[in-house]
Amino acid sequence: MADPNKPKAERGVMRWVDDRFPATQMWQEHLSRYYAPKNFNVWYFFGSLALLVLVNQILTGIWLTMSFNPSAEGAFASVEYIMRDVEWGWLIRYMHSTGASAFFIVVYLHMFRGLLYGSYRAPRELVWIFGMAIYLALMAEAFMGYLLPWGQMSYWGAQVIISLFSAIPGIGPDLAQWIRGDYLISGITLNRFFALHVVALPIVILALVVLHIIALHEVGSNNPDGIDIKARKDESGRPLDGIPFHPYYTVKDLVGVAVFLFVFCGVIFYFPEGGGYFLEKPNFEPADPLKTPDHIAPVWYFTPFYAILRAITFSLFGLEAKFLGVLCMGAAIAVLFVLPWLDRSRVRSIRYKGWVSKLMLALFAASFVTLGVLGVLPPTTARTALAQLCTVIYFAFFLLMPFYSRWEKTKPVPERVTGR
Amino acid sequence: MTDSGVNKGRRRFLVGATTVVGAIGAVGVAVPFVASWQPSARARAAGAPIKADISKLEPGQRMIVEWRGRPIWILNRTPEMIARTEALGADRLADPDSREPQQPDYADGPMRAIRPEIGVLIGICTHLGCSPLFKPDPDAEGVGVANWPGGFFCPCHGSRFDLAGRVFVNVPAPLNLEVPPYRFESDDVIVVGEDEETA
Repeated sequence: MADPNKPKAERGVMRWVDDRFPATQMWQEHLSRYYAPKNFNVWYFFGSLALLVLVNQILTGIWLTMSFNPSAEGAFASVEYIMRDVEWGWLIRYMHSTGASAFFIVVYLHMFRGLLYGSYRAPRELVWIFGMAIYLALMAEAFMGYLLPWGQMSYWGAQVIISLFSAIPGIGPDLAQWIRGDYLISGITLNRFFALHVVALPIVILALVVLHIIALHEVGSNNPDGIDIKARKDESGRPLDGIPFHPYYTVKDLVGVAVFLFVFCGVIFYFPEGGGYFLEKPNFEPADPLKTPDHIAPVWYFTPFYAILRAITFSLFGLEAKFLGVLCMGAAIAVLFVLPWLDRSRVRSIRYKGWVSKLMLALFAASFVTLGVLGVLPPTTARTALAQLCTVIYFAFFLLMPFYSRWEKTKPVPERVTGR
Repeated sequence: MTDSGVNKGRRRFLVGATTVVGAIGAVGVAVPFVASWQPSARARAAGAPIKADISKLEPGQRMIVEWRGRPIWILNRTPEMIARTEALGADRLADPDSREPQQPDYADGPMRAIRPEIGVLIGICTHLGCSPLFKPDPDAEGVGVANWPGGFFCPCHGSRFDLAGRVFVNVPAPLNLEVPPYRFESDDVIVVGEDEETA
């Protein structure tokens, strides 16, 4: 039996619906009576922007599927067909390809916001973990999508990534063959990546987004001060520092959307290839298994982890350098999952943490960007040394966090949000 | 409904038994889905091992067969060729001892072969995938290096390999030429694509 006290519309069609489905209740719980802290700043745009880009990817993706041919013989030509012959095909494809990079830009900024303000701390551990799962699924989605145009970089980028699995001792070569479904990357691989890219992973991502938002709305949003707004409520039980998500933040987010679309459209119309970073130049040549491009670099959003992989040039503990690199790359992502338990600080937000945390976060951000740049460039001795230094900083940020976050002196946290 | 008269032990047993049987069923159902990702019969047929008859391959000659879309070179090396190749060392070769995993374990050593005189190599340059030219003679022209021991010269970017497929230093190619898995079915027949052990 449904809850007799649940909110319902007074009369009319909505009343009829509410007697059968909790529409008004859901609207209130997630929008009109979801109280978000009133001191959100510019960093809080990127969650809703990620949702916008997700919608863009799904919509343009469905339309691209209508003209794409997922076979080794037809894929490259069908992408050119979309670009030249399909009505508005060029726009839909550029929205999709630019959207992929935009997705990672807003997700990286969204994650950095979490690092800044301690949004992963209790009770938001599951919000963070669902978010990390989305990031992981997004990387798989992007990797598989990049194979579909069947250009040279599609082919050889996938070759490099799949060969990472073959570095695993023992099962590696068989595992790589299982992923490819052939002895080399072929139309069979392309076809299965297509299925995963357009059906399986979008379902997973959508489900994870729902979990991410439900978990967030259960515990409530964090804020730049890292204060629990539910601790102080008025007589009717509303947080004193909270405002309803709708209309306040829906309207505010519209401003973010406008600014985002301004930049997004600028890229689509004037730099759709993103200077060779969103669509790499060798990808304008059809895949050729007999001809390796001069320099293989993954798309920019993978390069920080690719640089970590390449930074491991030595064998250790009887493990081969290549496998050790794969392990380090995996660990670089895995360590993010346990972040909520690494931070032992008394305060959530960077505003009230000590100088060590601030320095470490700045070093971490700088080394992540540096790794991203190094991952695009061909390796030299000096660059490898720099990548090794950045890898050490990357891991030191996380692995030393239980110590510096606990021992450093923190500033007193105000009782109410500051509105800075 | 009350809990009186409920046999909790039996209920627990039934829940446990159903869970275990259900889990076994789920694993069973997963098998075809996981196995479906293995190379299909058509992919296996296209990548099947090939046989090469080397009875007519004279010493000093090379023949080319195709396996999985790539050229496979089979060489019959003369004793002089072997002597010239074995004389090369780390001063001229990048990986003289074949430490990089570019060959099966049974094809290591300086000649990278099961029988020193018969060399089997994938004829694709490890730099950018061109197919190098066969320059077996010490007086070969156009290899751009003095004291040539005989080997392969890639016309695209000038990479050089010796007659065992080992890469020279100071060329763009980073690795020795790959040795495919192969075995001798008889003295005159080589099977490319099958390992010696699994024969």
